[in-house]
Amino acid sequence: MKILAVCGSGLGTSFMVEMNIEQVLKELGVTGVEVSHSDLSSATPQDADVFFLAKDIAEGGAHLGEIVVLDNIIDMEELREKVKQLAEEKNLI
Amino acid sequence: MEGILSLLVDVMSEPAILVASIALVGLLAQRKNLSDTMKGTTKTFVGFLVIAAGAGLLERALSPFGAMFQEAFNMTGVVPNNEAIVALALTEYGSNTALIMFFGMVVNILIARFTRFKYIFLTGHHTLYMACMLAIIMAVAGFKSVGLIAVGAVALGIIMTLSPAIVQPFIRKLTGNDNVALGHFSAVGYAISGLVGKAVKGKKEITSTEKIDFPKGLGFLRDSTVSIALTMTVMYIIVALFAGPTFIEGELSEGTNFLVYSFIEAGNFAAGVFIILSGVRLVLAEIVPAFKGISTKLVPNAKPALDVPIIFTYAPNAVLIGFFSSFMGGVFSLVVMTFAGSTIILPGVVPHFFTGAAAGVLGNATGGVRGSIAGSFVNGIIISFLPIFLLPVLGELGFANTTFSDADFGVSGIFFGTLANYAGPIAIVISLVVILALMAIPFGKKKKVQQ
Repeated sequence: MKILAVCGSGLGTSFMVEMNIEQVLKELGVTGVEVSHSDLSSATPQDADVFFLAKDIAEGGAHLGEIVVLDNIIDMEELREKVKQLAEEKNLI
Repeated sequence: MEGILSLLVDVMSEPAILVASIALVGLLAQRKNLSDTMKGTTKTFVGFLVIAAGAGLLERALSPFGAMFQEAFNMTGVVPNNEAIVALALTEYGSNTALIMFFGMVVNILIARFTRFKYIFLTGHHTLYMACMLAIIMAVAGFKSVGLIAVGAVALGIIMTLSPAIVQPFIRKLTGNDNVALGHFSAVGYAISGLVGKAVKGKKEITSTEKIDFPKGLGFLRDSTVSIALTMTVMYIIVALFAGPTFIEGELSEGTNFLVYSFIEAGNFAAGVFIILSGVRLVLAEIVPAFKGISTKLVPNAKPALDVPIIFTYAPNAVLIGFFSSFMGGVFSLVVMTFAGSTIILPGVVPHFFTGAAAGVLGNATGGVRGSIAGSFVNGIIISFLPIFLLPVLGELGFANTTFSDADFGVSGIFFGTLANYAGPIAIVISLVVILALMAIPFGKKKKVQQ
């Protein structure tokens, strides 16, 4: 499976979210998931299976397919919960 | 022996190889496996060359704009854009930039470890851009080789720690905790916006921007390719109309219709930035996680300073208000500059969006709607006027039709550049020592505020 974190410029925020997703996956003991980051323009539905976006750009990324919207991008608890839920849905844990 | 030495010099003066080596060191320090190490090192190497390719495209799109602006208004027009100026500068200052960035991160960790400033600056692209600006300024000031790297790195480490520190009082007020800091080099603008918000809030209870019902639908501006292409098209077409078809078709476009030509060049500018951003992403992909991993191990209680959109979700309405108000500040400044006859700084939509939005959010936190509008308007004026004074200290790159856009680049660039002009390189060394000494003193008073 592949996860893509997306933000407006694809430099800082999405990068931070990517590193945090990786950390959560490691905590959960999930392996075989590729995580990377990108900007809103370059991201296409083919780039990944699931996309993580902050609430404020969720509208602009609706076309990407399966998206997970983060209400607060620095809240690790929220991220942990959402990644865990995703992993359960995809039968990764 | 001499052969080996000249080979070493060749390697060190190729920034792409140098940056790749830094990534390699980081990957080895994290004990990554062979596959990850190979992948990361190669991507960093290629990423640097991608930036150079984008720089070529961007330069070809930007120089006719400069010529047209000159013809139309008989003044120089500058479009501040970090990616553009950095990409142009890296061809000459690439190796020094890479080394200043690497050692600057080390200095940041050391300062965070041993002083009360616990900030670790994790916004990698801004670290890269600041390293690049310092490489230019220290070279123009007269530093060379090892001295240049040392001075640049210490300056970078200090800026990486002080920039989050000056906005932190306002971030604390906004987020209600002290665990996260803002790592974005426009902190001077944000802090002033917070202060302006406080000053204009009045006696009545403050009304937050979030109580307003606001139309959404400007989300496309968050997409940097779209917003850059649109604003550059508008600017290019306006300038083209003033410069006239005779000049453009005769001198620049080789007969192609002047509006079609301008439209395509505006698109090329956005395309250049797009390529550069991809390159920056490749370069930073390994360096930032390594920096993060190493710093959390070495610095207990480190506060990560993160990219600016982290505060946008606290006040989405203030983001839009801040952008508009800051842009208005930019337009107001442009009118003032026109009358003053100085170099014209054109309001770039990207810096006004990101820094204006953050200024709006922080202004709202201290002064509600009024604070948000006034604070970001002042931010717009600040980021318009700082580049005028920054241009002269950048040497030849001051004539590139583009420059660094955010406030901290202006403030620190002008600070070091002016010191060098009036008192020579030695003044820069002394100032760095004094600042470090001041930072090392554990002020009792300041500590109370921090609790």
